Amino acid sequence: MTVASDFSDDVEPFRLSMLIYDKRYRSYTLQIITIALFMLAVGWLVSNVVQNFRDLGKEFSFAFLWEPASYDINQRLIEYTSRSPHWKAAVVGILNTLVLAFLGCIAATILGVAIGVMRLSKNWLVSRLMTIYIEGFRNVPVLLWILLASTAFSAMLPAPRQAPVLLGGGFVPTNRGFYVPAPIWESGSGVLAIIFLLSLVGAWFFGRWARAKQAATGEILPVFWIRLAIIILPVLFFYFILGRPIGLSLPELKGFNFQGGGFVRNSFMALWIALSLYTAAFIAENVRSGIQAISKGQTEAAYSLGLPPNRTMNLVILPQALRIIIPPLISQYLNLTKNSSLAIAVGYMDITGTLGGITLNQTGREMESLLLVMGFYLIVSLLISGVMNVYNNSVAIKER
Amino acid sequence: MSDTQSKNSLLYVSTKDLPELPAPVNTTGPVAWMRQNLFASVRDTVLTVLFAILVIAILYKLIPWMLTDAVFFADSIRNCREIDTGACFAVVTSRFNQLIFGFYPPELYWRPILAFLLMFVAFAPLLHDNLPRKLLWFTGVFPLLAYFLLWGGAIWGPLLILAMVTAAVFVFSLVSKPLNSTLGLLAAIAFCLMYYIFLHDSISGALASAMPIGLEFVESAKFGGFLITFVIGVTGIVASLPLGIVLALGRKSDNMPVVKMLCVGFIEFIRGVPLITLLFVASTLLNYFLPPGTTFDLILRVIIMVTLFAAAYMAEVVRGGLAALPRGQYEAADALGLNYWQATRLIILPQALKISIPGIVNTFIGLFKDTVLVSIVGILDPVGIMQPIRSTSEWNGIIWELPIFIGLVFFIFCFTMSRYSMYFERKLDTGHRS
Repeated sequence: MTVASDFSDDVEPFRLSMLIYDKRYRSYTLQIITIALFMLAVGWLVSNVVQNFRDLGKEFSFAFLWEPASYDINQRLIEYTSRSPHWKAAVVGILNTLVLAFLGCIAATILGVAIGVMRLSKNWLVSRLMTIYIEGFRNVPVLLWILLASTAFSAMLPAPRQAPVLLGGGFVPTNRGFYVPAPIWESGSGVLAIIFLLSLVGAWFFGRWARAKQAATGEILPVFWIRLAIIILPVLFFYFILGRPIGLSLPELKGFNFQGGGFVRNSFMALWIALSLYTAAFIAENVRSGIQAISKGQTEAAYSLGLPPNRTMNLVILPQALRIIIPPLISQYLNLTKNSSLAIAVGYMDITGTLGGITLNQTGREMESLLLVMGFYLIVSLLISGVMNVYNNSVAIKER
Repeated sequence: MSDTQSKNSLLYVSTKDLPELPAPVNTTGPVAWMRQNLFASVRDTVLTVLFAILVIAILYKLIPWMLTDAVFFADSIRNCREIDTGACFAVVTSRFNQLIFGFYPPELYWRPILAFLLMFVAFAPLLHDNLPRKLLWFTGVFPLLAYFLLWGGAIWGPLLILAMVTAAVFVFSLVSKPLNSTLGLLAAIAFCLMYYIFLHDSISGALASAMPIGLEFVESAKFGGFLITFVIGVTGIVASLPLGIVLALGRKSDNMPVVKMLCVGFIEFIRGVPLITLLFVASTLLNYFLPPGTTFDLILRVIIMVTLFAAAYMAEVVRGGLAALPRGQYEAADALGLNYWQATRLIILPQALKISIPGIVNTFIGLFKDTVLVSIVGILDPVGIMQPIRSTSEWNGIIWELPIFIGLVFFIFCFTMSRYSMYFERKLDTGHRS
């Protein structure tokens, strides 16, 4: 009691010098200085911008987005003509970016996981070759790979008339691009899609039921095969019942060019392949380090419990390795998405090419266009890292 | 009984050493190695055979094309095709100077070469600790020396900056002795800004007109090729590390929420957008943010953007290192009575940076590779110069040779950096890891 009163008597009155010398108050001084400097800098920049805009007779507005864009985009997922407004060009660009990023992430993951696992192979030749692949791709700029792929496609592939028709007429590489089969949706395909979704839900419920049964009785069902049957069989059955509502249209040579089917431009193919191969090298390293980080004791413990090797991998090693692999994997996805902006170097019309490229040059609205482009990438990044944080929290080791 | 028995049983024991037999042939030597590493199981054998066929097929095509049938000296692609059927590396040899120096005046090539060589001298004391510590002074002066060598102009500008830095150190010690080092730092920075904004141009201009000593001035537009890669890359690497450390410390400063917020905002913004959009900002937008009439070198603008970009990534790497340090280290530093800067400089940073070496070097490599993006805003770095060379009438039709050369140079430098970081990591490993 006396001690407490001793301290309370000791409280110093506040002096101005404490703002510098006292650790408790110094942080306030520094923060106020920081805020002041920051405000000054922002004010200076903003006043410069205002002054410059006034000198050039410009004003800050997004009204240009509703003016006609008057340029064509040769690869688009939605209806767009040169009379469409600029915002629609931006949407076309956004969709192109997202398609490229999505397909790139899938290809890079498949390749990266395969290469990362092969890098750990006991086979000397295989692991050496994978090391060469990884080091080769990681140490050369991705822009160089993209340009190389794009020039190689347009210079090495034949003109449409001489082009080889591969895979039973389904796949034609030419120097303009790749002709691929396209699905034709006829009446009844909607029913098929609904059936497919329903069987997915059914497979999920079956998985839950099987797990509950295993927990209750210890009986293990061949879950994988039964699930596969639940997903595939009803769809196949109704596909024939409904009279094959989904067909394929194959490309056919007519005159100097191919008609029908789908057409994928060289610029997209080059970007997709180069970005996937490049990112796969990084993902492979993440996979390797994730698997190596699981101590050998885990494998040995699983063996001593009598688990066979494939179950050891699936039930013991992978769940632990995934916790290490997934955060860097997602940041690689993020990198791939951001690297897809290099599309501008080969003329693929992504968001940087439409809004940040042609629209910017045509309207002279640098500030507004770049703000929108950066805003788009920022939103995508924050969304992805938000998802990553949720995942990290859900798999984090619960310490007791 | 036991005697006779033991004597009898001893008859089985040999009295002399038998010669050692060689190990079975399939457990040592190349045969065993191949059995264990190439043909351990049926699956392994299949994989080995498949990959071996693949490798041989590629090499069978590649070696003649790249080496034996390749043409290294010719004056046009037609000439190349007449001489031999392989790759036409003559494009690299005949345009070598352009690929390395861009449009830098040929009679002044000695300046970038000298700067490049001196760069190794400047980095040497940082990379090897058995060199005399006095060399660090040269490291400190090198940025100004390199600037002077590359751009030329009057010598007074760099000299005055040197004087300014010396004076700033003096100001720092003057303020930090009676007050504290944070305020000293602020005072020194304020001094430098004041000097540079108000005095520098007039003083150096006056000195240059009174005593015109210096090298011939070379404008930035003439820089190109790998020269620009190195100027941007090395400046970015050198500047992004300290900036990244400051940002990471700012992000860790929990008792100053305003500073923390600013740092987090900056880092997340930069990491969230692609470098190419930042380069567009540098090339089209930056002039709006500066007082009217300011012109500002494009290369300098690009260097600033690349540095800020790398600094944000560096900050995250260093933050990882700071987070990996046990709390006890911070508490021990406090218990010793060290203040914030002493604790950071002597206890925290040396350990945190050591932990984050792999990440730091990865960021360096990333930055070095990212310098090729400047070709998109019209700077003639090696990738930017590739297209003009391809479209000349002599070299129209060249596809693989230029990217192979450029890629090889990048590979050599990036691979060396990553191997050096592994060596450095092992050398600094004090074995405290569990």
